[in-house]
Amino acid sequence: MQKKFTCPLDRESVLNLYFLEHRSKLLDIAAFLDRVDRAQPNEKEDERLKIFYQALEILRTKKEGRAKAILNLFSDPTQNPIPTAPSKGACGVYLPPQKED
Amino acid sequence: MGYIDPHIHMISRTTDDYERLALAGCVALTEPAFWAGFDRSSAQGFYDYFRCLTEFEPKRASQYGIDHYTWLCINPKEADDLGLAREVLQIIPEFLSSPNVLGIGEIGLNKNTKNELLIFEEHLELASKHNQPILVHTPHLEDKKKGTRLILDAIQAHNIPPHRVLIDHVEEHTVEMVLEKGFWAGMTLYPETKCTPQRAVDILEMYGKERLCMNSAGDWGPSDPLAVPKAILEMRRRGHSKMDIQKVTLQNPLAFLGQSPHFQTEKILEESAE
Repeated sequence: MQKKFTCPLDRESVLNLYFLEHRSKLLDIAAFLDRVDRAQPNEKEDERLKIFYQALEILRTKKEGRAKAILNLFSDPTQNPIPTAPSKGACGVYLPPQKED
Repeated sequence: MGYIDPHIHMISRTTDDYERLALAGCVALTEPAFWAGFDRSSAQGFYDYFRCLTEFEPKRASQYGIDHYTWLCINPKEADDLGLAREVLQIIPEFLSSPNVLGIGEIGLNKNTKNELLIFEEHLELASKHNQPILVHTPHLEDKKKGTRLILDAIQAHNIPPHRVLIDHVEEHTVEMVLEKGFWAGMTLYPETKCTPQRAVDILEMYGKERLCMNSAGDWGPSDPLAVPKAILEMRRRGHSKMDIQKVTLQNPLAFLGQSPHFQTEKILEESAE
């Protein structure tokens, strides 16, 4: 089946419009990861960072649907409502409830 | 060309924002009841809030030629307190005949708890009983996908026709399931936690322009009341036609909101053409 090109612009025009902006965003990510490395480590590695690195692997694939794949990676995969919420907020990635020792 | 912002919390914004919205071409907006950033201590607090939404905000908006509409509910962040939630549910019918009330919203889930789901379903029953359209908030970030699935299942179990419901805050991983089931979908344009204008236009290009709307959901957090005009600019930069832009930012909201007898479709159409 022939690939459907849904963006009205050709590829060069997309790069002309957005390349510098996203070059800058890429550098922001690089600098953010450097900043994390320069910070004193905590006793336990933060799960958010592990999942962040997994998301970066998705960016390396040359397959469409990268945004959806990253959102799925960050999402709670469970099905049922939970009894009570530990807080009102969300942190950006799903962290399974800690089991008590 | 005029546009509609179908989701914005003007109670959290200054009057200057009404002026900026008017200058940018906003002809009408709808303001769903939401969380104030703190839990209210009694149903009386909600009663006063509903008075603000039905009496004060429409007057403030009219000074800038903007039509103000609203949706009423107890939001999911406060729905975990079943006693309070049920008291608030009891006062909502008193306001449903106010001329700017379009329906029940923004109801939904926050952390996907059992109590949130219970109160969501009680709102669905209230909407069915009073034949009201529904505006649904889907959860934030990691809770969105699971919450959206639970919400769609609950609406279908209550036999509510999907064309009477707009599922808001969709992103790339939830938009398909919402549209496939026949619901309206809203994309919220936020700088960090939902869709940027660029990603929203990507979604339009991938999933089409049927039953999709865009909103700013401007509130007291990081948000931009002019996000819809910015998405319009983004569509123009990519060469989308005027007709397509108008469909997403005017015609689609008119078609969904016009299901409420309180929504003055003809007046807004005239104002948008001026």
